[in-house]
Amino acid sequence: MRLKCPVCGERDRREFYYMGDAVALQRPDPEASDGVWDDYVHNRDNPAGVTRDLWYHEGGCAAWVVVTRNTVTHEILKTELAAHAPKVAS
Amino acid sequence: MRFSGLRVLKEGLSGNKGWGAHWRDAQPKPEYDMVIIGGGGHGLSTAYYLAKNHGMTNIAVLEKGYLGGGNVGRNTTIVRANYFLQGNSEFYSHSLKLWEGLEEDLNYNVMHSQRGLINLFHSDGQRDAFARRGNMMVNQGDDAILLDREGVRKHLPYLDFEQTRFPIYGGLYHPRGGTARHDAVAWGYARAASDRGVDLVQNCEVTGIDIEGGVVKGVQTSRGAIRAKKVGIIVAGRSGQVAAMAGRRLPVESHVLQAFVTEGLKPVIDHVVSFGMGHFYISQSDKGGLVFGGDLDFYASYAQRGNLPMKEHVMEAGMTLMPMIGKARVLRSWGGIMDMTPDGSPVIDKMEGIDGLYIDCGWNYGGFKAVPASGWCMAHLMATDTSHEVAAKFRLDRFRTGHGIMDEEGTGSQHNLH
Repeated sequence: MRLKCPVCGERDRREFYYMGDAVALQRPDPEASDGVWDDYVHNRDNPAGVTRDLWYHEGGCAAWVVVTRNTVTHEILKTELAAHAPKVAS
Repeated sequence: MRFSGLRVLKEGLSGNKGWGAHWRDAQPKPEYDMVIIGGGGHGLSTAYYLAKNHGMTNIAVLEKGYLGGGNVGRNTTIVRANYFLQGNSEFYSHSLKLWEGLEEDLNYNVMHSQRGLINLFHSDGQRDAFARRGNMMVNQGDDAILLDREGVRKHLPYLDFEQTRFPIYGGLYHPRGGTARHDAVAWGYARAASDRGVDLVQNCEVTGIDIEGGVVKGVQTSRGAIRAKKVGIIVAGRSGQVAAMAGRRLPVESHVLQAFVTEGLKPVIDHVVSFGMGHFYISQSDKGGLVFGGDLDFYASYAQRGNLPMKEHVMEAGMTLMPMIGKARVLRSWGGIMDMTPDGSPVIDKMEGIDGLYIDCGWNYGGFKAVPASGWCMAHLMATDTSHEVAAKFRLDRFRTGHGIMDEEGTGSQHNLH
């Protein structure tokens, strides 16, 4: 699998560190209930199909990248810098 | 039909014409007391122990494909009880004891082979950690022997003892660990459950879970609606999709784990050997193939195949540890979908807020050895509505409350760390 870093272009998967679901962009209010925090930290939609997740270009430009891809076919549909990506799938 | 030495002899002399089907291919009935979603190892063992231990026979196991076609037929067949944390320790201890009586209990040869498992260590710190783990195993009543370098050499003379990157300091030897024939475990439980009256329904995909007023009423399937008083979700990597049918999200992310097998060779590796520093482990099947694997591919995936970087890593680790396998040719590789939890430990619990709905999931990459005890404890939970004592810590709410997190690896309770 190769990922297209928005800064560096297409690179080997090994240059990237996988963080997990891009839910990490939707950090709740610190005073939110434990249920909300449980959803944010632990519970996942875990789709068989299109998902958005966060990757860190550790072996490259150190950018955080939101990758939209298919978990069944491993097809990469879109990559964008986390700094510019919408917080939820558009 | 009972298997026995005499029967094998008789069938052998009469052309093997007397063997019948091992289980009934049942048609779904409109209503059951209990429905198990998922005909894998854990689902089949749950059905068997519901019938055997709790006298429940009006049960169906619904499988969307064929019995044992998922992870129970895709794993690397290792059976062990070398866990450290309370919660895991008593559970896997119970499971290993069930394994030891399984063939007699099921009247089925699952080829359980207690050939011994050796976890290698490569530093003073790791030795201390394994000594402590060994003490925990002994305290639990299981077996563990701390081997020094020469002790390991006696068992595994073929390792590269000269390498300097990960010098072999010793190993933790678990003599009762070993392997079993994975498919036979599914078949054995299927046959034994079917004999006790359980309906095993294949090609029956659950498409919805009927819930009225917070009480489970049954399931919708590709073969029609089935009413049930209690429903158990035991679907491993697909837990997220099935829980969503009940409107729930789980602390589960599905990842692919690869495994490999070489062409058949003469006996050369007598034990199960695990090389934690290189994320590599290996054993040899009775057919002769070297069966080995490594770590997850480390990103969410439902593809039952892996990516090349992890293949390369596993091969490199194997060559670092035991260069003698370098000439063996890899026959095939495959992947299974692991239901990963944040802390790397499983869940056997009620689905809070929905009466009659139960979940058994989160087996991470260690579900095979758990098959007997998982079924035993899930059956206990579904039949009595109370957790079995050895599975009492496998609670779903431990992530929300923070109480009882079981992070066996000590890497942190976060999705991408196990």
